Amino acid sequence: MPDQQQPYEPERAVAGTGMGGGMDLAASEAATLEPDPERPDGARPQDRPRSLWSDAWRDLRRNPVFLVSALVICFLVLIAIWPSLIAPGNPLSCDLARAQDGPSPGHPFGFDGQGCDVYTRTVHGARASVTVGVCATLGVAVLGSVLGALAGFFGGGWDAVLSRITDVFFAIPVVLGGLVLLSVVTSNTVWPVVGFIVLLGWPQIYRIARGSVITAKQHDYVQAARALGASDARILLRHIAPNAVAPVIVVATIALGTYISLEATLSYLGVGLKPPSVSWGIEISAASPYVRNAPHALLWPAGALAVTVLAFIMLGDAVRDALDPKLR
Amino acid sequence: MARYLVRRLLQMIPVFVGATLLIFLMVNVMGDPVAGLCGERACDSATAAQLEREFGLDKPVWQQYATYMANVFTGDFGTAFNGQPVTELMATAFPVTIRLTLVAIVFEIVIGIALGVVTGLRRGRPVDTAVLLGTLVVISVPTFVTGLLLQLLLGVKWGWVRPSVSPQAPLDELILPGLVLASVSLAYVTRLTRTSIAENRRADYVRTAVAKGLPRRRVVVRHLLRNSLIPVVTFIGTDIGALMGGAIVTERIFNIHGVGYQLYQGILRQNTQTVVGFVTVLVLVFLVANLLVDLLYAVLDPRIRYA
Repeated sequence: MPDQQQPYEPERAVAGTGMGGGMDLAASEAATLEPDPERPDGARPQDRPRSLWSDAWRDLRRNPVFLVSALVICFLVLIAIWPSLIAPGNPLSCDLARAQDGPSPGHPFGFDGQGCDVYTRTVHGARASVTVGVCATLGVAVLGSVLGALAGFFGGGWDAVLSRITDVFFAIPVVLGGLVLLSVVTSNTVWPVVGFIVLLGWPQIYRIARGSVITAKQHDYVQAARALGASDARILLRHIAPNAVAPVIVVATIALGTYISLEATLSYLGVGLKPPSVSWGIEISAASPYVRNAPHALLWPAGALAVTVLAFIMLGDAVRDALDPKLR
Repeated sequence: MARYLVRRLLQMIPVFVGATLLIFLMVNVMGDPVAGLCGERACDSATAAQLEREFGLDKPVWQQYATYMANVFTGDFGTAFNGQPVTELMATAFPVTIRLTLVAIVFEIVIGIALGVVTGLRRGRPVDTAVLLGTLVVISVPTFVTGLLLQLLLGVKWGWVRPSVSPQAPLDELILPGLVLASVSLAYVTRLTRTSIAENRRADYVRTAVAKGLPRRRVVVRHLLRNSLIPVVTFIGTDIGALMGGAIVTERIFNIHGVGYQLYQGILRQNTQTVVGFVTVLVLVFLVANLLVDLLYAVLDPRIRYA
């Protein structure tokens, strides 16, 4: 990553950039061990050790990778909500006479095989990708972390059963499962794809959440809370969850990028979204047979897709660096 | 060791049953297995009933599954609806995909680990930053885009390789598809190795090795690398199954007639026996690869013992 590092000091890597040196490292580690979830954020005196979250936020604000990817994502979300803002044309109005034409005034990206304006369709394609990415990630994160937290906290039979079930899901290749399940779906909305990703994606988050809840459960403050008579629900929600949620957020952010990529792959294979929906995967799939004559019809949606996925993965990377002081 | 092996083999059984049952249900319940038999038009009800009786589709699903699995363990994977035994399809498809996967894994091991070691030893230098950015780009471009672009550039524009692979799929034609298939995992292997090397290079045993005067090469390869490989081996092991299943996309782009091609055809034509058969084998491959990985740990790190 772009943080400059002292050549022979990999652990204390950040000394040169003002992204938190050795002192902050110690402080944030102390904060991890000794958090104060009762206190609302922002209302803490200056001499208190900063929490993991405020420390991470301080790091993130100065991280150019985070700023750039956050900017790209904000722009994407805006475009997904309101595509006509920068592409007023109708993505479904096409003129076969102009099929495969190159760029011309008013049509900066040229035309695809059906004579549709590539620029308009690329901009309008953002909505499908962002919707699938965000909804699938939310679904996966909620389902995976709730099940994982319960399994990690209570252990016992349900934990064993759920963990075996996740083993089963890990044994099925994702693209293959998608082909089998989605090939029989005739609906032309994003929801079958979202549902499928949630169905096959939750075990990943489940494992992370379960692991971090088991770790958090062994800390002294949990024993203390239990000794004071706190109920299971209170311990789980007020004491364990705030300390176990960081890895889930990191993995979910990176997964968001891969889900967008997965949606495009499934659409490319013909089982994700289907025409007349507008999605980058469909555009790339439709452009691939005549890529020799009209490479622009493939390159623009592919570029948009790559930039989107890259933005989410870099965001996840930056968040992980900020949340996990040990990785520095 | 033997007890550990037996326990692990026993643990594989529920996962195997679960995964195959899941895919069996997906194929049989979600789709209409008879529909594929009458081509584009719908079967008339008498033919459908006759076909269902013939293939045992009128029985309850659990019974169908039990019959199917009993047959599988005698080596009978059923008959594809064109009358060809599924095992025959497998005999032509699996060698191709195994070759492709091998090429991909060699790329992962050679390039991925080499890049990981180089960057791990030079953390923060320009080489490191460049490689890391490169891996991020590779990870974010979906495989099918990488494949289409490389096919366009290397195969069509510059003519370095054949843009599509011949049915025999000799090893030299699989180099580009193998690289495409490996690309994302290769990037992960690089990053994993880098992190692991960077973590371990300040370990006591490395200092000891340097202090007793071993040449740098030996310190890096025998001491540092060997101890850093465990997460990498885990990743590559679990990746074998993913590579063979993920080859659907790569095989489609380069027109390779392997497992992915047969599965894709089987799914589109609702050829249940083909799909379930191939997936069963893939699940087995995944499980065995995972077991081998766990056994490899002890080879890499003798401190790990199996009880």
